[in-house]
Amino acid sequence: MDLNQASEWVVVTADSLRPDQVAGWVTRPDCGAVVTFCGTARANSTLEHEIIELEYDTDITLAETRIRAVTAVVRQNWPVVRAIAVHHRIGTVPVTDTAVVVAVSSPHRREAFEAAQFCIDAVKRTVPMWKREVWRGGSAWSAEAQDIVNVDDLIS
Amino acid sequence: MSRLLLLGPAREAAGVRRAEFPGDTVADVIERAVERFGPTFAEIVALSHLWVNGDDAARDHVVGPSDEIAVVPPVSGG
Repeated sequence: MDLNQASEWVVVTADSLRPDQVAGWVTRPDCGAVVTFCGTARANSTLEHEIIELEYDTDITLAETRIRAVTAVVRQNWPVVRAIAVHHRIGTVPVTDTAVVVAVSSPHRREAFEAAQFCIDAVKRTVPMWKREVWRGGSAWSAEAQDIVNVDDLIS
Repeated sequence: MSRLLLLGPAREAAGVRRAEFPGDTVADVIERAVERFGPTFAEIVALSHLWVNGDDAARDHVVGPSDEIAVVPPVSGG
């Protein structure tokens, strides 16, 4: 395998996500660590309703551009990281389905864990993505909303 | 005339994702949009970032027909 092959895979899609496929894609011969984070649609909420699904709303081009800004910062701060993949699902996501996958490979585990954690935290803070909670008979925007920031603001 | 991209709660309040309004600055365009889309939209705009072509922009930022202004409310994704 060519170690210089494409090393970032950013997707925002209405299709179901494939965490196994994403983790396989970041795997490289010189990497002993692959860290994969899956964010799943969860049922609990600040509202007194049983959530049955989430609806994610964004502009795909804008969201993918902001995710690439995050992966660029990951590379600057963890230069040993080999491959990074971030896939985010939009539209309707039933509870327990995967809404976001982040996968990072590196020669050793410490950098892979650190980079993956920074990556998912930064995606949540910097990417324009809105979550609507849906229950039987109603729906509402998530009450967890916070002010969007630029990824450079997250580097201390 | 500039293009407006409305996201999340801003899209819902306006009823459309995209629109075009005349104006020489971000503030001009947003003012026209508020006139069209009403007080709920205005409340969301007051809480939102305004981006021009993907970057934060001041309200007096000069815009033209090739520019896209995005109304970016607080996020809750991931």
